[in-house]
Amino acid sequence: MSKKQKKMLARIIISFVILIAEMIFFGVTKADIGIWKLALFLIPYLIIGYDILRKAVLGIIHLQFFDESFLMTVATIGAFATGEYAEGTAVMLFYQVGELFQSCAVSKSRKSISELMDIRPDYANIEDENGKLIQVDPEEVEIGSVITVKAGEKVPLDGVIISGTSAVDTSALTGESIPRDVCEGGEIISGCVNLTGILKIRVTKEFGQSTVSKILELVENSQEKKSKSENFISKFARIYTPAVVIGALLLAFIPPLLTGGELGKWVYRAMTFLVISCPCALVISIPLTFFSGIGGASKAGILIKGGNYLEALANAGVVVFDKTGTLTKGSFEVTAVHSDKMDKDALLETAALAEMYSDHPISLSLKRAWGKECDSSRIENVKEIAGHGVKAVIDGKIVLAGNMKLMKTENISEAHDCHHAGTAVHVAVNGEYMGHIIISDALKEGAKEAMEGLRNMGVRKTVMLTGDDRRVGEQCAKALGIDEYHAELLPADKVDCVEKLLAEKPPKKTLIFVGDGINDAPVLTRADIGIAMGAMGSDAAIEAADVVLLDDDPRKIPLAIKIAGKTASIVRQNIVFALGVKLLTLILGALGIANMWAAVFADVGVSVIAILNAMRAMRVKR
Amino acid sequence: MKKVFKLEDLDCANCAKKMENAINKIDGVESATVSFISQKLTITADDARFDEIMKKAAAECKKIEPDCTIIM
Repeated sequence: MSKKQKKMLARIIISFVILIAEMIFFGVTKADIGIWKLALFLIPYLIIGYDILRKAVLGIIHLQFFDESFLMTVATIGAFATGEYAEGTAVMLFYQVGELFQSCAVSKSRKSISELMDIRPDYANIEDENGKLIQVDPEEVEIGSVITVKAGEKVPLDGVIISGTSAVDTSALTGESIPRDVCEGGEIISGCVNLTGILKIRVTKEFGQSTVSKILELVENSQEKKSKSENFISKFARIYTPAVVIGALLLAFIPPLLTGGELGKWVYRAMTFLVISCPCALVISIPLTFFSGIGGASKAGILIKGGNYLEALANAGVVVFDKTGTLTKGSFEVTAVHSDKMDKDALLETAALAEMYSDHPISLSLKRAWGKECDSSRIENVKEIAGHGVKAVIDGKIVLAGNMKLMKTENISEAHDCHHAGTAVHVAVNGEYMGHIIISDALKEGAKEAMEGLRNMGVRKTVMLTGDDRRVGEQCAKALGIDEYHAELLPADKVDCVEKLLAEKPPKKTLIFVGDGINDAPVLTRADIGIAMGAMGSDAAIEAADVVLLDDDPRKIPLAIKIAGKTASIVRQNIVFALGVKLLTLILGALGIANMWAAVFADVGVSVIAILNAMRAMRVKR
Repeated sequence: MKKVFKLEDLDCANCAKKMENAINKIDGVESATVSFISQKLTITADDARFDEIMKKAAAECKKIEPDCTIIM
């Protein structure tokens, strides 16, 4: 509890004790001491309510009528005026207890959300002139400086490792619990925790530009983008409070005028109206729910730029994927070796040797697949034929390695196409066809589960867009169970495709586009929600997307939708609950069944419950 | 120019909402958000008149919640 909250607690206890003593005294003695009774009750009333009275007076001066302090003052003074001294005091006391609860709940949630995002490094170690390590503020470290990160410390700035190997824990950033191995020459980003060795890092970005700052900024700014529910509540609040106040006035004066009943009774009922007139429960709990949802998501490595996107995610109907880099690894790998005559390994070896001088991605993947050092003494007379392949002499035999065109021009008649999609490297030795090796982009781990997850989350249609040829697209879509695919697209076609899908989808459902954020910025912006994957370190993607996945695990997409769905349902619960209780209390209050106590509960009690409910959005189950 | 200010003793969420509305109505303010949760005011306003606008914003805040101060 803060100092202020402790002071309030003391005031509550003191005035509570005095009030109880007085109530017992007057209950037992039934003393009738006129004005003195009022004076006695004013003591606890003023102890507990002086700040409210002060605010109310200031409010009147500033022409701010409908604020809570004003309403509580009017309501409790009203109670005093009708002779209900104990009740007037008790209601003020009860209100302050509720406010204290509320303030504690809010500060607790504020604290737990900020703990959730506790990735800000406190210091960086740099060497001074004597070679001794000193701790400095990360903001003071310049680009090019060398920082030392010991085991157990947070990496304070983005950089390149110049010495040391270690395992780093990226869970604070990505939610991924398996440590990542890093070594000399590798890039490292701020916010990771160094687990084992000592790392020396050359800083490549200032603190303000580092990953940690970017993430914190993004999450903090997320509150500027208001969700529809929040806007609804803002509008609603503007009508609600005046409406209830007018209702209270009517209730106070119309029934007594019509029926000639006693004015006091109706004024009391009107007072209960006033107490309920603050839309606080809604005004606090809805942004808090979104914020805790965003906080929980960021813990899982999903950065959401605002409550509006969280809301839109919850209504996801169509999910459109870019293929390369999103569903596939974006790097070529040997996926099949089809040998007609020689041993499979020998075929791979021959192809790798033939391509040994090339840096083409396909050659690199062949060499990677073979996995051994190429012995250059075995190969001579290498001739690269652009657009076709390679002709070389290996171990004295003439080897051809390349595409179908090469086979045709060299009259290798047995060469045949493959049923597998991907790029085929055909190999012939001494004019005889040996077989082919298929190189294709491998599917990402978890891509298939992600599709299943999306379907379970109520996504009606999954679509894949790719610039690759139709067969590659088809195979990938089939393997993953994607409903629809469009292949051989140019970047501009992707936008058209998304436009068309946007027009087709049911109006209340949203369209998500998922890309790697590198060259799909126009589509990311055009879709209802743009998700950029593996965006750690890529500023352009962070800029263009609405949701940023720090790692590149496609399973995070259904997880994001799940978090969004939970958040949205908590928001709905809070709206229904708060409005329901208020409405009920208004009706019961008008009928004289609900008293002032119930009214205070409907005000602050409901707020506290709604806040506690809001905090549930923070917990993310995997 | 966009700036973020901390708000002290902002105790009521509804007041935060009202402050936001009031500050947005000040001439020269492009956009303003008052976050009750992070107790912050984010304001984008005319560079040339920024100080003057902030004075007005502070006055509006005082009007709505007398105890609340913008830390500048």
